[in-house]
Formats: sequence, C-alpha cells, structure tokens
Amino acid sequence: MVALRPGKVTVGGVTLENHLLLAAGVLGTTGASLSRMLTLGAGGVVTKSIGPAPKDGHAGPCLVVLEDGILNAMGLPNPSKEFVDELAPLAKKPVVVSIFGGTPEEFGEVAGWFTGKAAGFELNLSCPHAEGYGAAIGSDPGLVEACTRAVSRLGAPTWVKLTPNVTDITAIGKAAERGGATAIVAINTVKAMRISTGLRRPVLGNRFGGLSGSAIFPVAVRCVYDLYEAVKIPIIGCGGIASADNVVEMMMAGARAVEIGSAVQGDVTIFSKIAGKLYAKDGISADEIVGCAHA
Amino acid sequence: MPEGLPVPVTIQRVKQETPSVRTFWFDTPFPSVPGQFVMVWVPGTDEIPMALSSENSITVQKVGDATSALFDIGEGGKIGIRGPFGNGFPKGEKYLAIAGGVGAAPLLPLARADCVMTMLLGARTENELLFMDQLDELTDVIIATDDGTLGTKGFVTQLMEDLNLAAYDRIAVCGPEVMMRAVLAKVDEKGIAHKTEFSLHRYMKCGVGVCGSCCIDPSGLRVCRDGPVFTGDKLLKSEFGHYMRDASGRKKNI
Repeated sequence: MVALRPGKVTVGGVTLENHLLLAAGVLGTTGASLSRMLTLGAGGVVTKSIGPAPKDGHAGPCLVVLEDGILNAMGLPNPSKEFVDELAPLAKKPVVVSIFGGTPEEFGEVAGWFTGKAAGFELNLSCPHAEGYGAAIGSDPGLVEACTRAVSRLGAPTWVKLTPNVTDITAIGKAAERGGATAIVAINTVKAMRISTGLRRPVLGNRFGGLSGSAIFPVAVRCVYDLYEAVKIPIIGCGGIASADNVVEMMMAGARAVEIGSAVQGDVTIFSKIAGKLYAKDGISADEIVGCAHA
Repeated sequence: MPEGLPVPVTIQRVKQETPSVRTFWFDTPFPSVPGQFVMVWVPGTDEIPMALSSENSITVQKVGDATSALFDIGEGGKIGIRGPFGNGFPKGEKYLAIAGGVGAAPLLPLARADCVMTMLLGARTENELLFMDQLDELTDVIIATDDGTLGTKGFVTQLMEDLNLAAYDRIAVCGPEVMMRAVLAKVDEKGIAHKTEFSLHRYMKCGVGVCGSCCIDPSGLRVCRDGPVFTGDKLLKSEFGHYMRDASGRKKNI
C-alpha cells in the first residue's frame, strides 16, 4: 500500500496536522470533545453545525447503527451563539466551524460571530433532514452560490459541504466555486429510511434521515471523482472512510484531505490508528496520488 | 457491526413502586452488566436513556413528555429498546451502594449480583424510598429521609459518617446530582474518590458515542460510551455537580 510522508498540510486555506479531519456532527458539540479528538490524533476538527438560533433537534430515535453504516436524523441541534465561548480554549487550533442558515444573510450572520476565532468555515448545504436548511438550499445552484459568497466575502477559508442527493453534484460544486469557496467537502449523508417491522413505523423520529458509514463509501468516491474533473478548488473526501486504504482511495479519486465520522462509533482512537498505517518517514507526497485515478 | 435497530418489546407488567416511579417489565431480556442502560423508544414521542433495573425491566420516574407517554402505554403496549449500552459498574465483591430516589434502579442489579455489603437508601420521604423491601432481602439497608418519616432524618451523606468506609472495596453511587456531588466531596476528603463509582445522567441522543451531546467538561468523555459510570477522581475538577447541557447543547446550572 502507498505510504504518505507525515507532516502538516494546508487544504483550502486551513493548515492541518495531518490529512484526517473529524467530520461535522460527530463529537463536535462541545469544545472539550473537539479538543479530545485533536488529542486522539485528528489533524483537524469540524464542529457540530451552528445556526442562527438554538435548536433542540428532532425527537428520537435520532440515530441507529446498521450493519455497515449509521442512519441519523439529529435535526441540527445546536447552542447557536453560545458556541463561540466553547471554542475559546481552542484558539489557533485547526478548528473549522460548520454553519447553517436558511438564507445567505443567516449564513453571513453566523459566520460573523466566529470571524477571527476559527481556522475556517464549512457550510452545511447538505443536511438531508432539516426542513428549510441544508440540502433544501444545497440542491439549488443559485442559492449555494449566494450562501457561499455571503461567507467567503468575510475573508476566511470557506469550505462547502455538498449533498449527494442531487442529480448532478458537479453543478452544485461549480456554484460553490463561483461563490468563492476555497474547498469542496463531499459528501454529506445519503437520504435514507428504515422501518421497524415490529412497531410498523419508521425507526427515526423524523421518519427519514441520512445514511453514513461504509455503506456510502462507493457513492462518496464517485462524487469526489466527478467533482475533481469539474472544479479547480481542492476537494475534501468524506463518506464511510474507515481505513488508511480508504484514505488513499479517496485521494486517488481526487481528495486532498478526508473527513472521518461514523468510524469513531467503532473506535474513538480511529484517527491515530489510521495515521499509524497511512504515514511513514520514507513515504511519498500526497501530490503524487491525488487524482491519479483520472490518468 | 451487528444491526442496532430498536428491538420491539411488549410490556407485560407494570408496578407502581412509589407515587412517581413505576417498573415496566417486557417480554425480552437484555443481558447486561449492572449499571448499563438502554435507549427506550416510546413510539410517536421520543427516545430516552434508562437504566435497566433487571435484564427485562426499567424503573422510571415520570419527569417529562417521554416518561409521561410511557406511563400512558401500560401493559400490552409496545416500545422499542436499543442496547444495553455503556460500561456499567466494575466487578467488586464488597460494595457499599448509595442510592438517592430513583437512583436505586441501576443499583438493584448490583445488589442482586450479591456484591453489595451495605446499601444506603435515601429519599425525600418514606413513600419515595425505592425497592426498600427487595433490597432488604438482598443486603444490609440503612435508610435516610429528608423529612425523617423513616430512618435517619437528613441525607445519605450523614449515614456515611457512621460507617467504616475502609471495609468496602468499592462504593457505587446513583441519585440526584446534588446528592452525588456531596458524596464525592466526602469520599475525596477521605482519599477514596478513585474507588467510588458514580453513575451519571446526561441528555443523550445517540447512546453509542457518536453525536457528542453527552460529553462532559473538561475531559470530553462521553457519558453514553465512556460511562455512564465514572470513578470520582475523574469527576473532581469537572462540570459534575455544577452544570449539564440541554438538547441544544446549551449549559444549564444544576
């Protein structure tokens, strides 16, 4: 297997300790939890998505673990502006704040709270189960461009996380690029549902939700591959990554870094485990493999 | 990973334990370690974490929407169960167990496992003492009530004064957080916080260590996965006894 040279990397304007980021929505609700994940080997962390007003999220069940994935509908629970204080002890660390809003103005407002207090922003234009937010906006190229611009004009690195639940993800990626995104994150969860046959109703309180984990890895690889040919800005691969080989595969599809979420369910020390296999002192530069599958 | 969908169970029996607490027995056992919990899905309302009071029962205090809806379901009704989750109490042979109110629920399986030498049982008033008769058959029970209607008038921490704490290899504690914080201060003073096991309660969404809604400050440890049982030394300089978080993640004082 390919081994990479260890060391800091800069992707989309954010400098990371390694290529492995904690994905948004996973163990990112408190500053202490984010700090723990950095200590456990994440090269950077993305926070829980923060919105313009506090939200409790959907009624439970909010998450169920499946054979090869996780199905969830949290409903964007977040403490809103109070989260600014959570990040104070993490100043100068590679912390990317995930934000959401219902309009470009709301995106701009939330980003404004964190300007100068975070390494960058990741726009959640992709949550599949929150009415009026996330994918509801992220499926419309015009809105994606406007929301991206509302944040990118503030001058901080602006990543845009895309939903795979669209006919052509490259059209959305191009819209984010036009709006001034410094990187694309692909992908968010795949819209999905399970039904309890015993209770004769959908398992999730919200009825449907988003599927993550190994089950969606092939979907994510395909999306990253297509985006690599469509946009010039860097792509951060996300979706079902659980091993060093998955990271290498994502990079060959075109990713410059990756985000890992569901795999922490099996093992909270997954970052150092993957890093232990991915890096070697005599390893090669990631540049040699990023996008090599397109040749 | 094994499939973790909620297991549908039928409630077979309901017992009113105290004016606000009921035990619900279901038709499927969930083999577990004392102190582990399950996520209880009350269809149409919500899903909440609950300690198992036996392999096929939960003992619940009516406190909010989900518990009220559960009280309304009754015998013959169906609910969903995910779990068991969390670490549970470590093995011990000579436990001192300290319970306040509905906190006796996760401690009953520990007493049934025959490893509790003494149980300090506290409640506000006599009719809120939980599992008094059952515990009496299993171990040596000493009682305190806030209003003095039974046992010593006052808190369980006062009962600790009359015990030789060195006689126990471990202490297990579950109850209201204010009471547990008082116990932590006492065991810290005596230098035995590291062998005192506290069962914590925090707002939870996923139950499997992914969402982060139950993480405690400043360690970032997950109550659902790294806990819910923590030794006192891990809680000394923490949010424990001071604040917790609501569903949105905002802090609220205890």
